[in-house]
Amino acid sequence: MRELGSAPVPEASGDDHLRGPADAPMVVAYADFECPFCAVLEQRLAKRRLRVLFRHFPVRSSHPRAWAAACAAEAAGRQERFWEMHDLLFADQARLEDPHLWRRAEALGLDLKRFDADRRSEEVRARVRRDFDSGVRAGVVTTPTLFTLGGGRAQRIDPKTLDHLDGER
Amino acid sequence: MIPAGGLAPEFTLKREDGSDFTQSDLEGQTTVLVFYPFAFSPVCTDQLNLYEEVLDELKVRGATMYGVSCDATYSQTAFREKLGVTIEQLSDFEPKGETCRAFDAYHSGGFPQRALAIIGPDRVVTWSYQAPSPGDLPGANLIFDALGD
Repeated sequence: MRELGSAPVPEASGDDHLRGPADAPMVVAYADFECPFCAVLEQRLAKRRLRVLFRHFPVRSSHPRAWAAACAAEAAGRQERFWEMHDLLFADQARLEDPHLWRRAEALGLDLKRFDADRRSEEVRARVRRDFDSGVRAGVVTTPTLFTLGGGRAQRIDPKTLDHLDGER
Repeated sequence: MIPAGGLAPEFTLKREDGSDFTQSDLEGQTTVLVFYPFAFSPVCTDQLNLYEEVLDELKVRGATMYGVSCDATYSQTAFREKLGVTIEQLSDFEPKGETCRAFDAYHSGGFPQRALAIIGPDRVVTWSYQAPSPGDLPGANLIFDALGD
């Protein structure tokens, strides 16, 4: 039985996906790779001096390929290429079928056999589900949902208003 | 919204197969009623999509979820099929909003409030929630809190 009652946004843990300067303000993005608003937000986040923690929030009936894409990113992560796959997935959301995922994996020089086994594995599915469930518990209802995470307390912020976080435009 | 603690009112809704769904159907199971304003509207779309993702976990807890709106059955079924969700739909189309009114979940604009009710096998309302506005989507976590997660 999965725990889905209310709980705070989890702090960053060992296998979370983080990038950006360690001393920059941290934001947690609950997103999925088929969501066009998420793609726009990720571009905006990348231009800022922020530490971004990416968590999966795929909703199958909204975005039928989002789960497969999330698992592909996790599988790439098992070969230390999560963020490269993350960027490639958001760069072309019209191509998320299996052959497109394999092409990205090839472009990144991944071990394809391992990539394919990993992305279909229960371990990877459980990893994606862990992110999703943490979002449900924090009250996430749609993507993208953004939180600041500092001082042990998460605060939901409007993705449209990032200026106050890092002082840049 | 009807408060927790009392018996669910008598009501009649239409199931997708045209049969009636009444207070008798609440007995013997835990029921989650999701009152939503309009089929095909954006927030209702997000709501049913999200809840579909946790439907199995509701089943594990012995709860059955239904969507309730004032749309006609044909519209509800088309909506459900378009989304690809399995949450059974119950129509409060005619007399329009009568069940929503019985649950005190009818918006003055002529549509259901965005509201949730959990009803125990003994027909007692164990929890209810009305969103601050129809545009606010209640997180699935609230349902699991109410079920005792």
